[in-house]
Amino acid sequence: MDSIALIAAVSIFTAGITIAIGSIGPALGEGRAAAQALSAIAQQPDEANRITRTLFVSLAMIESTAIYCFVVAMILIFANPFWNYMISQGAG
Amino acid sequence: MEISPDQIVYFHLGPVAINATILFTWVVMLLLTAGSWLVTRRLRDTETMSRWQNLLEVLVEGMGDQIREVSQTEPGRYLPFVGTLFVFIASSNILGIVPGFRPPTGSLSTTTALAICVLVAVPLYAIVENGVAAYLRQYLQPTFFMLPFNIIGELSRTLALAVRLYGNVMSGTIIIAILIGVVPFFFPIVMELLGLLTGIIQAYIFAILAMVYIASAAQVEAAGAAASDRHEPNQPS
Repeated sequence: MDSIALIAAVSIFTAGITIAIGSIGPALGEGRAAAQALSAIAQQPDEANRITRTLFVSLAMIESTAIYCFVVAMILIFANPFWNYMISQGAG
Repeated sequence: MEISPDQIVYFHLGPVAINATILFTWVVMLLLTAGSWLVTRRLRDTETMSRWQNLLEVLVEGMGDQIREVSQTEPGRYLPFVGTLFVFIASSNILGIVPGFRPPTGSLSTTTALAICVLVAVPLYAIVENGVAAYLRQYLQPTFFMLPFNIIGELSRTLALAVRLYGNVMSGTIIIAILIGVVPFFFPIVMELLGLLTGIIQAYIFAILAMVYIASAAQVEAAGAAASDRHEPNQPS
């Protein structure tokens, strides 16, 4: 296998693994956060506004780890620096 | 496929390449500035007001309320900065449904610039509030050895702010582009709706997080100073 095919295969495989493993943790965390917030709203309906606002902010912060993995996967697929380097070497 | 609107260059203005990010940032700025100017030209404090004035009043009042609830202080001097962040990000995300418009927040350059604004604004507000010494002492909380970690925390939360907004807006654009290739007609519209929701929530979260950072730098120090003031007279007795 020449190096371009190797880079392509490893990049695509790594992108898939990145988003697959990287979304497990945030999914569990968001599920826990949402469940806790729902039970808190059920116990104290008067505080629903404050709980919802805090829930949204914390969901976004938890989600950002998944977003990091997504950005890395997108960079590997669409803007891979090694791939671009090999292509420019081949062209030049 | 272009992953970032930075790569779409429309024309060159001297040495500066005018790409989609700069162009659409100007469009958003023009819309906001011209809209605000048109509306605030004839402000009325009577019972009848134009519907646009009503809209702006609701917006400003709502942002003030949110800031008051998050920071437990009067919005006063925080409102211009945090409100501007929210309005800019929200309007550029909403305009993303206009065909041909590339949201400038979908570029890492824009979001990094916004996050650096927050990074600079936090010490500015804290110093105006408490003075330079009180702000710098905050880095030595709770002990001297936490200094590197406090500095790293300051930088990493700036990175997190930038990448969170960029990743959310960019993922919306990319997913719609991929879906148009796979299922062309109905499903992308649903994802556009979801993109509108995420756009507003991300704008809200960016503004709220900026407010939380500013408030924690400006207030924890004041509380700590008050506590130490209370502590010192007690020691002799």
